[in-house]
Amino acid sequence: MMTGKRIGMESSLGIAEAVKLANADVVAAYPITPQTHIVERLAELVANGELDAAYIPVESEHSAMSACLGSAATGARTFTATAGQGLELMHEVLYVASSMRLPIVMAVANRALSSPLNVWGDHSDVMAVRDTGWIQMFAENGQQVFDLTLCAFRIAEDPEVLFPVMVHLDGFHLSHVVEPFYLMEQDVVDKFLPRFRFPLALDPDKPLTAGAFFPPGVYGEARRAQDDALRSVRPVISRTWREFEEISGRSYKPVETYRADDARVLLLTMGSFSETAMLAIDQLRERGQQVGLVRIRLWRPFPFTEFRQAVGNAETLVVLDRAISYGGPTGPVCAEVKAALYSEPKRPRIVSYVGGLGGRDILVSEFVEMIEKGTALAESGVEEELLTIGVRV
Amino acid sequence: MAKQFDQRKETEYSSRDLETGCVITDPGNAARYKTGDWRSQRPTWNTLRCIKCGLCSLYCPEGCIAPNAEGYYEADLYYCKGCGICSRECWTQAITMIEEEE
Repeated sequence: MMTGKRIGMESSLGIAEAVKLANADVVAAYPITPQTHIVERLAELVANGELDAAYIPVESEHSAMSACLGSAATGARTFTATAGQGLELMHEVLYVASSMRLPIVMAVANRALSSPLNVWGDHSDVMAVRDTGWIQMFAENGQQVFDLTLCAFRIAEDPEVLFPVMVHLDGFHLSHVVEPFYLMEQDVVDKFLPRFRFPLALDPDKPLTAGAFFPPGVYGEARRAQDDALRSVRPVISRTWREFEEISGRSYKPVETYRADDARVLLLTMGSFSETAMLAIDQLRERGQQVGLVRIRLWRPFPFTEFRQAVGNAETLVVLDRAISYGGPTGPVCAEVKAALYSEPKRPRIVSYVGGLGGRDILVSEFVEMIEKGTALAESGVEEELLTIGVRV
Repeated sequence: MAKQFDQRKETEYSSRDLETGCVITDPGNAARYKTGDWRSQRPTWNTLRCIKCGLCSLYCPEGCIAPNAEGYYEADLYYCKGCGICSRECWTQAITMIEEEE
């Protein structure tokens, strides 16, 4: 069931449409490539009266996120977007948003980090904010960006959640590509996403202190409480996606698979490259190989149960990372995957590849190569710390 | 709803006792925080020099200096951090900082 009219639109503008339908109260953002079209369009929607919101044109991303803190703390529905260096500049404020439990929604048009200067897409920015305590999810195409942005507001504002949410979309590969969209009717969105009352909102009649000083005797308890709370939101996210499926016909899961049921070899991806990887899976399936694809949609909180179920029967798991952990163990996603499976009695052999850095494409043939060479390498038992794909070494 | 840092010590709270977002819902409870623990020196007033001008109390960043029944100024040692600003600013040099050990 797909409702509404199918139209073509750039993914960035699709996000702006979702924020408009969500009837956000405040947008505070600083433009940065490749996020610019998102906030440019939102500024336009506010300026011409299509979205009744305050648009705060701040002087930096640090200020953007700081303004979002204040806005969300009053109970206003708050949106921002950034990318790459901008996400790094707001880094310290990200922790404040999650620990003060402010339901901010942010789109991140994933971008490589300097230096060398590069404005194109990879996941270096995501991995650097992995532990900021935000809920984080990945979109693979324009429709998903639109859907997940709407769902992000609903998830963030759920009284059982109250955490900020990042929706990740690959810079340029997704943000600047014209995609087919089914938009939604305002009344349908209003029912899915009613006005909310933030239980911790600043209120002169009910004074409270937020972001207070916690000395050593109680700081650890605060951190533990925050981690317990973030881990406990997984059922709410799944429930929200099920409810969204009822109104849209489109379904989302924390871990999604493609032709994976009987697969001996699984490839793991996150983000828009998953769609190219599917073509590689199709090619290998046509040759009779039992291969499949696993995509992590919910990056934080990490869906351990669903992930273990998805990969438990495979013999080999080839993981693609679009970021390097300099001097560290494999790529950051692969390191997490290995940690998630270490205690399992039955687990696949794991091979780590890093590629698609700074906007470099990964071709279908390169995904095929990763699967074939990765499988051979896994069978040989040789473990290399860093394997790259498509990089001249 | 659990009250943050009501009359309990901070070390009596478990992670489950804290409010969502660690907000504090009883306003003014910072007054219970004993900043006097930080002090290594404390101010003492020489009442022969003190002219009761009150400058020390205006300069005190902790706001913990007030006149006593006789009108001479004193620091509330529950809060006084021993910063010495009062002693430095007292223009009749009536305030001397002395080591806590003495």
